[in-house]
Amino acid sequence: MQIRVNERSWTVNSTPDTPLLYVLMNELQLQGPRFGCGLAQCGSCSVLVNGVETRSCVTAVSKVEGKSITTLEGLPAWYASQKKLAKAPALHPVQQAMIDEQAVQCGYCFNGMIIKSSELLSKTPRPTEAQIRTAMNGHLCRCGTYPRIMKAIQRASVAMAGGAA
Amino acid sequence: MIRREFLKTGGALIVGFSLGDKLAAQERGTKAGPPDARQVDTWLAIHADNTATVYIGFAELGQGASTALLQIAAEELDLDMSQIKTVRLDTNVTPNQGGTYSSASINRGGPQVRTAAAEARLALLKLASARLNTPQDQLTVSKGIVSGSGRSVTYGELVGDKPFNVTFTGNAPVKPTTAYKIVGTKFPRNDTPAKVSAQYTYMQYVRVPGMLHGRVVRPRGQRMYGAGAKIVSVDEASIRTIPGARVVRKGDFLGVVAENEWNAIRAAQQLKVVWETPPALPGNAGLFNHMRAAKTEDMVALERGNVTAGFTAAAHTVSQTCLGPYQAHAPFGPNCAVADVKADSALVMCSTQDVYGTRNSLSRLLGMPAEKIRVQYYEGSGTYGHSCYDDVAQAAVLLSQLAGKPVRLQFMRWDEHGWDNYGPGHLGEVRAAADANGKIIAYEYQGWQHGWINTETSAQLTGVPPSEWPGAGTGVQGVNRLTCGGMYEIPNLKLVNHKLPVTSYLKAGWLRSPLDLSFAFASEQAIDQLAYLTGTDPYEFRQRNMTDMRWLGVLNAAAQAAKWTPRKAAANFSRATVVTGRGIGVGTHLTSYGGAVAEIEVNKETGCVVAKHLYGAIDSGQVVNPGFVESQIMGQLVQTASRMFKEEVKFDQTGVTSLDWGSYPIMRFDECPEVTAVVVQRLDQRSTGAGEEVMAAAAAAIANAFFDATGVRMKEFPMTPSRVLAALGGGKAA
Ligand code: FES
Ligand code: FES
Repeated sequence: MQIRVNERSWTVNSTPDTPLLYVLMNELQLQGPRFGCGLAQCGSCSVLVNGVETRSCVTAVSKVEGKSITTLEGLPAWYASQKKLAKAPALHPVQQAMIDEQAVQCGYCFNGMIIKSSELLSKTPRPTEAQIRTAMNGHLCRCGTYPRIMKAIQRASVAMAGGAA
Repeated sequence: MIRREFLKTGGALIVGFSLGDKLAAQERGTKAGPPDARQVDTWLAIHADNTATVYIGFAELGQGASTALLQIAAEELDLDMSQIKTVRLDTNVTPNQGGTYSSASINRGGPQVRTAAAEARLALLKLASARLNTPQDQLTVSKGIVSGSGRSVTYGELVGDKPFNVTFTGNAPVKPTTAYKIVGTKFPRNDTPAKVSAQYTYMQYVRVPGMLHGRVVRPRGQRMYGAGAKIVSVDEASIRTIPGARVVRKGDFLGVVAENEWNAIRAAQQLKVVWETPPALPGNAGLFNHMRAAKTEDMVALERGNVTAGFTAAAHTVSQTCLGPYQAHAPFGPNCAVADVKADSALVMCSTQDVYGTRNSLSRLLGMPAEKIRVQYYEGSGTYGHSCYDDVAQAAVLLSQLAGKPVRLQFMRWDEHGWDNYGPGHLGEVRAAADANGKIIAYEYQGWQHGWINTETSAQLTGVPPSEWPGAGTGVQGVNRLTCGGMYEIPNLKLVNHKLPVTSYLKAGWLRSPLDLSFAFASEQAIDQLAYLTGTDPYEFRQRNMTDMRWLGVLNAAAQAAKWTPRKAAANFSRATVVTGRGIGVGTHLTSYGGAVAEIEVNKETGCVVAKHLYGAIDSGQVVNPGFVESQIMGQLVQTASRMFKEEVKFDQTGVTSLDWGSYPIMRFDECPEVTAVVVQRLDQRSTGAGEEVMAAAAAAIANAFFDATGVRMKEFPMTPSRVLAALGGGKAA
């Protein structure tokens, strides 16, 4: 089977019913998507499939053949292609904003947080606080970093619009 | 070898440094630890490129300790933060500083690291003095460059990668706090860039060559602790269709291994096992009656004055019984471990809070000397206490031993939720009394809870008898002298513990601020009620009954942050469906001081309570990095709101039924409060914990805010809609 991850084509040996998460972690050895619940409840395993946030823990790898998968690793390049930038930045503005707001505690949930918020900002460049809460509500953080994540998303939104962050 | 030769021939001979020392950098890690804590080399290495490595015995649990401890070392050594790094915890490498418990990293770890760095600096200055021909007191240091008499030399040039071979002198001077440049500043965390960009290797990503993937097979949801989970039969044929999957078993410890992770997961789900019916638990419905009726071991934790006489003389008396549930650690990523057990040695990678403690427990389990086992720490997701990290390490070791190969074991969500060491349920009976002048004159707290478990599930399933963690019913496993009235001047006071047997309930362990939310919920509501009965503003009432400047400091800091204006509680009743309230509270864990204010909203029709804004203040003495403590306060406030409104481990007569985020809901974005964190900095005081000390105060503030909004006292948390509606008598405020 062939899948397209971070603008590269990969041949995978897993059976078609294998959830994409295990293919990404074990065959492609990526460190972005990670196991949290395996039940589509937490957002730990999120990736973008054709730009849409998707739970890789419950998505069979056969379902994403022919689609474009972006993981945390490929997010800066994905952003560059969205914004038609000549060169990918080192970090997506959301990643930079998470650093600037010092939002991270254990950081385990931040794969999903960053994937989901970049999806949000690609559709809704200037979200209100209420829109952020609604969009992000399916992503859990046990360390309680929500307040700083919300600030970081606002900050990234300003930065992406070309304003001072 | 080449390096050794270089050391023997290169550079000037340095007094006090012997060559070929067993702690030479190139030999580090080859021998079982712990290394000698009195040797400077155990703690520090200076490299030729004028950078330093600090060997720290504390785990990075997401709280920033790895950065903060480096700030302390960099400060004493006059190094820049860019010149200093640390290594992962490893029983062959890092010193034994005890576990990363009770917010201990800076509390216990700080002084050790500071002393070691000061000793190293003293040794370095001696060398520089000889090299530069300048008395030590005329030398200055900046960024690891020592200058004097118009010349300079770097630390790297002085000792580059050679051992110090210096025993602690005990008299190395430490910097006066007034000279601090790095300690006390908000230096950003050094792990954040890697964590936001998929560069960080969490435990869950560790792989070793030739390993199998393992899963444990247990009933979904633990049963009564002590009863284990007894296997009647296992049908190995039920997984025959899954390629490479096989069953491994030792007693009632059951697992599967496979080369492919998805096959291991499928095999664990598909394997047909018949379990014995376990003995009956009281279930949530019967829990507190069962606890109150149980035979207990009773101990007076603290007594002063004459409580009976105090109550007799009182003008106002309050008495109430409050209930707190079992709550789960529920790390966001379930625990994971990799073990490679050979005939005479073992290598184990896991997310323990204490590599040496885990090494001991694995040594007992394997019957292998501790020195033959190497335990390495890899950060997992936040643990907030004794989640399943020891259990998963034990299980991985057993799977590897039984399979004869290295095994990576990832707990599934239901394993972690269902077999956790929960924060135990608590029943508290509190009485408090005030005189006519609004002075608290008598206080009594009687607490019922069981202790923590000491035999983990995996070990128990192999046949090790269940056991209780030492000290059950006392100390942190008993009524907290600080949170239960300890902040007030009360002449007549009595605290009593009723210790329940550990084997008749659920597995318990330390959960962030152990029992304190329950204590504060009961105790601080009683104090608040006294304020109400005496017609006093609850903030003023607390001020009036406190003399300790540090308690007053956090109380005032929280009140000021919230712009508290005096008025009696529950004085602004509204007939509206949605009403608001504010509350204040104080409390802590073992050290430090916490104060909090809560502003909440109650919907009297739906029973929904949400915190709109929480303010938390901590005085933890000298704060090395105020940014990290603010971040810790934020996490504590959000987690406290989650625990007060949502979290309760559900169980029936058979066992636990809270197995995932659906059956154990936690706080999400939609109801997350705004938070304000206040750090009360006291550079002249010893650093104490800051990872859990505002939770009790916040729990109390939330409960008191509910009273302010409704005029009703909640007797049990979490304050779920059904409990709230029941307390409000079907939607109308009392
Ligand atoms: S791991 Fe996929 S949603 Fe939780
Ligand atoms: S930062 Fe730890 S779970 Fe979100």
